[in-house]
Amino acid sequence: MSFGEVQVALAEQGYVAGDRLAMALHLAGALGRPLLLEGPAGVGKTEVAKAWAAARDARLIRLQCYEGLDASHAIYEWNYQRQLLAIRAAEVAEEAQLFSERYLLKRPLLEAISSEEPVVLLIDEIDRADEEFEAYLLEILSEFQITIPELGTIAAQVRPMVILTANGTRDLSDALRRRCLYAFVDFPDRETELSILTARMPGVEPLLARQVVGVVQALRREDMEKVPGIAEMLDWAAALSGLGVNDMAQAPEAVQASLVCLLKTAADRDAAPREVMDRLIGKVA
Amino acid sequence: MGVTRFPSRAAGLADRMAGFVAHLRMNGFLLGPRDTGAAMTALAAVRATDPAEAREALQVLLAGDAEEWRRFDDLFDAYWFNAGKQREDKAPSPHVRVQAARQPLWQPHLDPLSGGAESQQEADQPDAGDGEAEGRDGRLIATRTDNLSRRDLRELMDEDSLRQAEAVARNLARAIRDRRSRRRRRAARGSALDMRRILRASLSRGGEPIDLYRRARPPRPMRIVAICDVSGSMTVYARVFLAFLKGLLDSGTRADAYLFHTRLMRVTDALKDHDTLRAAARLSLMAEGFGGGTDISGSLESFLAGYGARALNGRTVVVILSDGYCTSEPQALAEVLERMQRKARRIVWLNPLKGWRDYAPVAGAMQAAAPYLDAHLPANSLPALAALEPEFARL
Repeated sequence: MSFGEVQVALAEQGYVAGDRLAMALHLAGALGRPLLLEGPAGVGKTEVAKAWAAARDARLIRLQCYEGLDASHAIYEWNYQRQLLAIRAAEVAEEAQLFSERYLLKRPLLEAISSEEPVVLLIDEIDRADEEFEAYLLEILSEFQITIPELGTIAAQVRPMVILTANGTRDLSDALRRRCLYAFVDFPDRETELSILTARMPGVEPLLARQVVGVVQALRREDMEKVPGIAEMLDWAAALSGLGVNDMAQAPEAVQASLVCLLKTAADRDAAPREVMDRLIGKVA
Repeated sequence: MGVTRFPSRAAGLADRMAGFVAHLRMNGFLLGPRDTGAAMTALAAVRATDPAEAREALQVLLAGDAEEWRRFDDLFDAYWFNAGKQREDKAPSPHVRVQAARQPLWQPHLDPLSGGAESQQEADQPDAGDGEAEGRDGRLIATRTDNLSRRDLRELMDEDSLRQAEAVARNLARAIRDRRSRRRRRAARGSALDMRRILRASLSRGGEPIDLYRRARPPRPMRIVAICDVSGSMTVYARVFLAFLKGLLDSGTRADAYLFHTRLMRVTDALKDHDTLRAAARLSLMAEGFGGGTDISGSLESFLAGYGARALNGRTVVVILSDGYCTSEPQALAEVLERMQRKARRIVWLNPLKGWRDYAPVAGAMQAAAPYLDAHLPANSLPALAALEPEFARL
């Protein structure tokens, strides 16, 4: 599969990928290396993993990272309650049986490694997890195996495609970066964003689509606290077209009312009063 | 754009690729021989004869973070398309990171730290305290502080005081370092029992809890982001404050240091360098334009927009070292501090002027900033800095 085919496959899932992102996915597949995606919030880093899983007909396993995430929540854990019950009920004759797959709770990472079908493993917002957790990941990401002391080493039968996302809450370790391919995903330019909107919502009027994209692009250049992402843009377009608006200039009230989809802090909301929006819309048209 | 003509000894693609990886390494990328191999494999997986495709493939493979991702294009052109021939010829020492894509931001002027060859040692190793470092802007201040009984920081240029400043900074950093998490984690000793682990261990003893495991609250160190003003009015304090920053960085906390006058730059790596000579060279390179005007709000703004996302979180103490004299609107400063206050845990303003007897925050900037500061503390003498420790401990 060349990288052009990657783009086509993603486009079939309604995801418009830039050249570099497509190249990154292509190489990650060709070299069997994990892929680290960085970029501002709302540019579609998580979405690309979903689209890629759908394009390859693979199951998506998602691990959402958070502060305090540890091995027992991410990799595996023994099902102690069940083990205890089994002992009390004298179901197990010998100890070895207690530490068998039957009493193992698979968490996302082990599930991805032990899966027999191809899977896409999405490790979302890795920079939210603690630094120690990165160390757990190193063995998995370079060897694609997990060592369970009681069971031995479980190696992947099919190498999962691993996508990590980060948006710079904290600096990642060099050891982790070295094991990954890297792509920086930025906000799309006007044409790309327009094609994203038309791919996602074919029903939207061309004029409205142009206005939505134009205004959002202009807002991103303004000094916003929370820069509107692609998802917000899609929400806003859906809201406007749901309200029956076909031309923003004709329906300023609806525009103001629907801004709740786009601007998510009070300061941003105050920064976009009716006059400002009128001016932005005027510029686009 | 001409394609680079390689010397005949760089025969095969592998050789040139090794050269490219070395070229990137020289520019601060963390790459090794393994990456050269991976690059060759990657090229085999794409149409390597198409320059655009090869560029994208190598970028994905060799860039490690956003900064490298941005610089890659220039470096790629420099190596493969002859654009950087000049720079290549100079063969910079592998120790000094070449700021390839950046032009010098300021012309050196009036500042002793960037004054020339001897500045290499100067930035870190102080002169003999002969007062040469008192910039011309310091005159006014000097007359106003003559009769202070305590020595003002600007007189403390000797090595001892610098070392003392470092020590003071280390103590301050320690004062806010030791914080505990709210949640417990398993630990060798701790106040609470880890029932889950005890149960698990008891399995191998027939269900009897014999081995006791514990949980404790792990340390959650506070982070320090120090932003130091090195503009004209602060030149007299700059050296001591640099030593202070170095102390903060060396304290074993996670700390980040920035300098600003009209622009902002990150100096953490330069200050952390154990090779003092090299650190000084890097620092003086960055500090060009020491002693110019001040744009506090603009610099803080660019900090928030750039490094801020990464450097600030709910466990960050921002320490601003500045006298608050600035060219920009007080209102702008208030706005940027308000935003910063929401992202960081605490903002502390260390003001060398505040230690003066008759000081009142009449400068418009300081008045505007006041509502957003968690503390506005004096920093005009070493005892004053040292006395901040209890204040910091309370943050």
